[in-house]
Amino acid sequence: MLPMSYYLVLSALIFGLGVLGVLIRRNALVIFMSIELMLNAVNLTFITLSRYLETLHGQIYVFFVMTVAAAEVAVGLAIIMLLYRNWGTANIDDINLMKW
Amino acid sequence: MELFLFIVIGGITLISSFFVVFQRSPLYSALFLILTFLSMAGLYLVLGAEFVALIQVIVYAGAVMVLFLFVIMLLNLDNEKREWLTKQTKQKFVGIVIVAAMVPLIGLGISTSLLYSKSQLGAQGTYSPQMAQQVSNTASVASLLFTDYILPFEITSVLLLVAMVGVVYLARRMKKQSLPGK
Repeated sequence: MLPMSYYLVLSALIFGLGVLGVLIRRNALVIFMSIELMLNAVNLTFITLSRYLETLHGQIYVFFVMTVAAAEVAVGLAIIMLLYRNWGTANIDDINLMKW
Repeated sequence: MELFLFIVIGGITLISSFFVVFQRSPLYSALFLILTFLSMAGLYLVLGAEFVALIQVIVYAGAVMVLFLFVIMLLNLDNEKREWLTKQTKQKFVGIVIVAAMVPLIGLGISTSLLYSKSQLGAQGTYSPQMAQQVSNTASVASLLFTDYILPFEITSVLLLVAMVGVVYLARRMKKQSLPGK
């Protein structure tokens, strides 16, 4: 069996890439995809520890995280679509009505 | 063997997730995200979680990404403008610094043995590799899901109903819809 830290460091790297995507990109859809990357990195951590602690609770949590992520994607994409309908752009720099 | 599989599949995951973030067109980002999800399903298989790997392919790569692609193609977005890497460099630099400081913290924090006492790791939980060969993974997950986790299961169904109602209401066709860009 591989040392556990290999999978955990990979998960941390993917999580960091997701955070980078949220901070750097200006397109609302790409930001949303980076959020999905972060969720997947956390899923990988759950499953790694579920295997190395020889229990199944981690996989159950992953099941629920995936369900919640699917519901969140549906609602978030509806919001982004409404945003595009009203503003004509998906660039978050242009949507600045609530800025000071 | 596991090391080889980990390096190949983990490398594909890392590279494609890198390209998700650093791609100009959102359509290409979505395609790389599909590749990321599929390779993560491969990683779950290496770790012995067959049920979750199947659910990952069916739900994430098969439903969530299809939804993404629908919306991307419906909105007909332009690629980000040509100066997308050179504009707002101060904000982007701060973002990179934050991530460069945070990722080693997370990576070292969850993987060093300071967090886990030696008695916890390798503890004989209820799902040892010996049992994994007798009972299939799906049956074991089901036996746990429908006994100990039945309440979150039912609440999840309510959550999906609420999400569905919300999406149908949000995305309804409105009368006198003004054109985008106005």
